[in-house]
Amino acid sequence: MVTAMLLGPAAAWLVVFLVLPFIAIIVFSFGERAPEGGYQPAFTLAQFANLGARAAAFANTLTLAPIGALACLLVAYPVAYYLAVKADPRHRMLLVSLVVVPFWTSMLVRTYAWMYLLGGRGIPHLLDLVGFSDVRLLNTPGAVLLGIVYGYLPLMILPIYVSLEKLDRRLLEASADLGAHPFSTFFGITVPLSLPGVMTGIALVTILLLGEYLIPQLLGGGKVFFIGNALVDLFLQSRNWPFGSAIAVTLVAVVVMVLLIAMRIAWRVAGTRQVDLM
Amino acid sequence: MRALVFAVYLFLYTPIALVVLFSFNSGRNASELVGFSTQWYGRALSNPFLMEALQTSLIIAFTSAGLAAVFGTMAAIGLERVGPRVRAIFDGLFAAAIVVPGVVIGIATLVALAELFSFVNPMLASVWPGTNVPKLSLGYGSIIAAHGLFSMALVTMIVKARIASLGRDIVEASGDLYASPLTTFREIVLPQIRPSIVAGFLLAFTFSFDDFIIAFFVAGSKTTLPIYVFASIRRGVTPEINAVATMVLVASLVLIVIARILMREKKIAS
Repeated sequence: MVTAMLLGPAAAWLVVFLVLPFIAIIVFSFGERAPEGGYQPAFTLAQFANLGARAAAFANTLTLAPIGALACLLVAYPVAYYLAVKADPRHRMLLVSLVVVPFWTSMLVRTYAWMYLLGGRGIPHLLDLVGFSDVRLLNTPGAVLLGIVYGYLPLMILPIYVSLEKLDRRLLEASADLGAHPFSTFFGITVPLSLPGVMTGIALVTILLLGEYLIPQLLGGGKVFFIGNALVDLFLQSRNWPFGSAIAVTLVAVVVMVLLIAMRIAWRVAGTRQVDLM
Repeated sequence: MRALVFAVYLFLYTPIALVVLFSFNSGRNASELVGFSTQWYGRALSNPFLMEALQTSLIIAFTSAGLAAVFGTMAAIGLERVGPRVRAIFDGLFAAAIVVPGVVIGIATLVALAELFSFVNPMLASVWPGTNVPKLSLGYGSIIAAHGLFSMALVTMIVKARIASLGRDIVEASGDLYASPLTTFREIVLPQIRPSIVAGFLLAFTFSFDDFIIAFFVAGSKTTLPIYVFASIRRGVTPEINAVATMVLVASLVLIVIARILMREKKIAS
């Protein structure tokens, strides 16, 4: 009785605002667009058959999300390694905090910061002063990639740091004592043992990127179009709700697939699925 | 190695530092500092649309984080008392609330509520006595509902982790000494989980205050601060936006730092 009262509000919230809405978009995805926009009941697979009409958005998202995650990984790994292995323990908490804090501050503001810097009156203006005129930085795939790395780097550093921190230092010493080159210790011991963290980071960043809207919108200027941008367009501008729902359902299916693959790999390499966002 | 790490920290902080710096620039250009001025702050603070958006965002963040803190804590405690199967269902739904992209949460909430309203509003109109028929529409309620979903999942996760790290023995000792379950909760459990509840509240508040994409779909005619900032950015980058951005940054920085200090105890333990 007490238990039911404790869980009741959360259960109601989950059902009304997560489960039912999700059922709603599944139902909508089999419907038709009403002439004046919105939804009209039907049972058709036409919306899913039409997914190709947004192939560019899918292609951009499905290439830039993994590329972005890998770019994050390349930058994140040395930082996580330094924090976990090399950093002075007295400063470690502070340094880790300095990585986490930006992630919890406004993504809009952080993306805007790059828009401001890459825009006409920012870096291109400075380049102009030293002789490089007409350099376009904003509204390019490069700018989107930069924004992705900037926005999601903390989320990649953190899980790798957590797995490296748990690493047993005696293994590294043993390896060195047995005459292994630092290079082979690193690739033979450190890297394999940090794979769960790496997998968690890649999965998290990829999943969040699959639903990204702000970065391509502000730094890609509508030229580098993600699924998120297609969804905003379909729901808020052209009001084709059934088609939008079909895309949203497909997006969730992709997210679930990525998650399952990542969990499977993480499970196989070390038996942990824990993610620590704080 | 050190130099590389230092460069990454520079990379993380330079862009936002420059936004802060230029918010105090008296000139309009992003490439040259002309002089120190707080005129953009004055302009931002006297902009009625901006202030209204700020107020809307604060109301939504406060309500959704408050509800999430209460219901999320209740759920975390309740989940201690149920079987593994029920717990797995809740854990799965909470994980879904966190993992499903915000853009999908926004769309799904919009679709479900629009459908609900188109069903309920005619009914209300037909049974309501008088002419001043209330009409359900998107606004505060829908944003709070959608933000509350993520926030509740967040609070539950944080509080649950804290509860799991508590020893059962002290709770059992309290029971052995004939304290009622309620007294045990108030005197023993609550003081120990309070920091994690507050931390959860602050993180939920920060999330709601900063969220753009979910609110973008379900805000209806309301304008939250991120929606206002987004709309102004699209009209053109102005130094006033730098001032607003700086204020938003400072607000979330303060909240997140407090949250991290409150959670530090737990971190060291783990």
